[in-house]
Amino acid sequence: MSVLDAKIPQGPLKDKWTKHKNDINVVNPANKRLIDVIVVGTGLAGGAASASLAEMGYSVKAFCFQDSPRRAHSIAAQGGINAAKNYQNDGDSTYRLFYDTVKGGDYRAREANVYRLAEVSANIIDQCVAQGVPFAREYGGLLDNRSFGGVLVSRTFYAKGQTGQQLLLGAYSAMSRQIGKGKIKMYNRHEMLELVIVGGKARGIIARNLVTGEIERHSAHAVVLASGGYGNVFFLSTNAMGSNVTAAWKAHKKGAYFANPCFTQIHPTCIPRSGEYQSKLTLMSESLRNDGRIWVPKKKEDVMAIREGRLSPTDLREEDRDYYLERRYPAFGNLVPRDVASRAAKERCDAGYGVNDTGEAVYLDFGSAIMRYGKEKAMVDGITNPTEDVIRELGEQVVEAKYGNLFQMYEKITDDNPYKTPMKIYPAVHYTMGGIWVDYNLMTTIPGCYAAGEANFSDHGANRLGASALMQGLADGYFVLPYTIGDYLAGDIRTGAIPNDSPEFMEAEKQVRDQIEKLLKNNGSKSVDHFHRRLGKIMWDHVGMARNGEGLKQAIAEIRSLRDEFWKDVRVPGKANGLNPELEKAGRVADFLELGELMALDALHRSESCGGHFREESQTDEGEALRKDDEFAFVSAWEWTGDAGEAKLHKEELTFNDIELKQRSYK
Amino acid sequence: MNLTLKIYRQDGPNAKGRMETYQVADISEHMSFLEMLDVLNEQLVAKGEEPVAFDHDCREGICGMCSLYINGEAHGPDRGVTTCQLHMRKFKDGDTIYIEPWRSKAFPVVKDLVVDRSSFDRIMAAGGFVSVNTSGNTQDANAIPIPKTDADKAFDAATCIGCGACVATCKNASAMLFVSAKVSQLALLPQGKVERTHRVLNMVERMDKEGFGNCTNTGACEVECPKGISLENIARMNREYLKASLTADKD
Ligand SMILES: Cc1cc2nc3c(=O)[nH]c(=O)nc-3n(C[C@H](O)[C@H](O)[C@H](O)COP(=O)(O)OP(=O)(O)OC[C@H]3O[C@@H](n4cnc5c(N)ncnc54)[C@H](O)[C@@H]3O)c2cc1C
Ligand code: SF4
Ligand code: FES
Repeated sequence: MSVLDAKIPQGPLKDKWTKHKNDINVVNPANKRLIDVIVVGTGLAGGAASASLAEMGYSVKAFCFQDSPRRAHSIAAQGGINAAKNYQNDGDSTYRLFYDTVKGGDYRAREANVYRLAEVSANIIDQCVAQGVPFAREYGGLLDNRSFGGVLVSRTFYAKGQTGQQLLLGAYSAMSRQIGKGKIKMYNRHEMLELVIVGGKARGIIARNLVTGEIERHSAHAVVLASGGYGNVFFLSTNAMGSNVTAAWKAHKKGAYFANPCFTQIHPTCIPRSGEYQSKLTLMSESLRNDGRIWVPKKKEDVMAIREGRLSPTDLREEDRDYYLERRYPAFGNLVPRDVASRAAKERCDAGYGVNDTGEAVYLDFGSAIMRYGKEKAMVDGITNPTEDVIRELGEQVVEAKYGNLFQMYEKITDDNPYKTPMKIYPAVHYTMGGIWVDYNLMTTIPGCYAAGEANFSDHGANRLGASALMQGLADGYFVLPYTIGDYLAGDIRTGAIPNDSPEFMEAEKQVRDQIEKLLKNNGSKSVDHFHRRLGKIMWDHVGMARNGEGLKQAIAEIRSLRDEFWKDVRVPGKANGLNPELEKAGRVADFLELGELMALDALHRSESCGGHFREESQTDEGEALRKDDEFAFVSAWEWTGDAGEAKLHKEELTFNDIELKQRSYK
Repeated sequence: MNLTLKIYRQDGPNAKGRMETYQVADISEHMSFLEMLDVLNEQLVAKGEEPVAFDHDCREGICGMCSLYINGEAHGPDRGVTTCQLHMRKFKDGDTIYIEPWRSKAFPVVKDLVVDRSSFDRIMAAGGFVSVNTSGNTQDANAIPIPKTDADKAFDAATCIGCGACVATCKNASAMLFVSAKVSQLALLPQGKVERTHRVLNMVERMDKEGFGNCTNTGACEVECPKGISLENIARMNREYLKASLTADKD
């Protein structure tokens, strides 16, 4: 048997969570005060967990590298959050959300976890409304919904294109309340650089105060990692500049297995890159696919004319446009899941139909939506025989009310007006389904170390559905972890405060100091960004949207030599004792250089295609991802053995009792 | 384009500040302002000098981290954008650009262009929330319908990103726009109304303690606010405050 025990409760799927909550140990309120919990990260997962744990009575220490917990990258989420409320009466249910998520993840997620997620989803919306989160409403005063990819119901709650912001500010305000009461001690501008293990248990972290440069030892009875995703290993992604893998990676190197590292989500609708200086890519929310239609010209000569500026896309006739998603996937059309939409865009662009200079862009067109909404609005407003211009104007108003901030963002970046001409978009790295392996209780393979939110691997299999990350982050933070952690902490009520000057803490502190010193003394010739860019290119070319055995082997070799070069030749100016952004970046890139290799190794090992992981060797005749269930229906969990290339594979077999494994079809 | 940059530099919280002059060449108009600074920093690293420290993270106008005072304007010459959304097409070849941090007593400089805005967090901790536990045992989200106009107004106020441009641009360094945005959001929603009296009193008291100045209605904040937070919120907060001051000791 594998060493991995997912600790999935017995009993029927729909009773597991309730039964588990009744069965596990709880800590009495008086004892909770004596227990310290460290939470690394203040995004939806960490913010929600910190607030909830503090309300329950634990002493919480929360950490983030930004200057305020409110700035965690969850703030940038745009489109919405799913919940099985069935307010639209379109047949939604806990089961349907569960089913859609398992199918969307291409049958590589754990059934019990996903069911629980669907089960608590409805509570999230209740909770957020009670906190004053201003979700979009209909004229009757009730909550509005929209649709996201890969589903046939409307279950996504939203706040214009700023849903993540509103949800995070809700969690931040819940945190603020506890900070004001002294129940959460907040460490802003602090970066966790090491996990401390004492007697086989996670007992604290080493953090650097980014303002003073001090290296601090923080002890606790348990450590929660809610440090977000690692998409920035690709250098260019929709993640924030500071998003990183360091907290997760340090835990990995201390014994936490890393699960499905190669499962990366490439989001189909992002603003294409414009030059070598590009520092990040900007998402255009999937919600836009509710109304936007994706197309490229049917004929190559039109493509050329558009690229050379001789033809405007708005002048191209309907019959000369190839709405390729509607053509290939009539049932889901523009709302196919992200992995499918991204590959389809790549297929058209690789075939030479890309519409910008670099040949890497397709259109996302709101022309027909604007006219449709305009006509509706004219009817409602009682305007008889409106002219085309009036209809267009009314329609633009409706579209602005729905997506105004996204359109503004697009215009500011590209200098093009998306109300008048279609947006140009291309896939970009967006989200990482892989992450630290956790059991049903969200505990990693290190006792007392938990992982929540995007940092863990748990719920999205090989492809995450839109609007499900926010749901998972808040589910983990508000409703799952605060309970499951009690089961573990119940064993610690007599332990007393954990000393932070034990040899284990001193040793971990020394490791951190040594690495910082090494980086600063290196005195090489190239900047951190230089190496990060090169790593990103290797990852994008070989571990990106399409992967094959040869390319992956090459990637591994290239990453290894790049890593050597980094340690020989990187130049990090400045000092250790003070704010030093170059030093922060250097530490993060050093970890990405190891993670990248593990991702390639995992991708090489998994010689099937599933979800966002597309192995060219494994596809159907129609070019769709071909899973190999008898060989690969497992979670790959990698154990660190001293070198990223020598990681040891453990398998958690996935069993499907409530859902039949089928080849995914969105046709 | 080629540009001259005059940048404020300060080595640490207690060090003395100075203006330094730098040149950057071959800047594309499609670059963002921060990408232009990346180019400068690459140059500095190549020379073994310390790069210019500035705050940034999302680079898409939502986290509120970026905070530069450019040519005398918070977030620079464009309207309705944060510094990270400002693009170089707003400048022209040969320009000299002055780049400074937010300046306000309540936002001390940490280093170069980076300031400490934790005073905003403390104001939030004084009352910027609804006192409801996250147990999930609340009533159904649709139990209380909220008129769409109220919900929309609350949303508009809630889009504040806490960047502090309103403070930086105000001659009195007042934080009224920021504080009123949160007070308004919660006062407009039934869930927030219960605690409105204490909230506004506590938040305003904290704001005063943090050393922000008074509001004299010049309206500069609204002009520079990247999220278009309206002065109406300040008026609403003043009403809330007045009402609260009159009734507070009765409950
Ligand atoms: C542009 C964009 C749009 C998105 N839109 C949607 C959407 O519409 N719907 C949806 O469901 N999902 C969306 N997602 C995905 C979703 O936003 C994220 O997966 C989710 O918010 C992650 O939350 P988190 O709490 O796990 O991590 P984050 O919000 O990323 O928070 C990470 C936290 O960890 C801290 N941290 C990290 N490392 C360290 C360290 N070493 N030391 C100390 N602190 C550290 C950071 O400071 C931060 O506080 C979007 C993602 C992006 C990038
Ligand atoms: S009110 Fe505007 S300027 Fe002030 S902090 Fe909020 S978003 Fe920034
Ligand atoms: S960097 Fe986030 S708002 Fe500018």
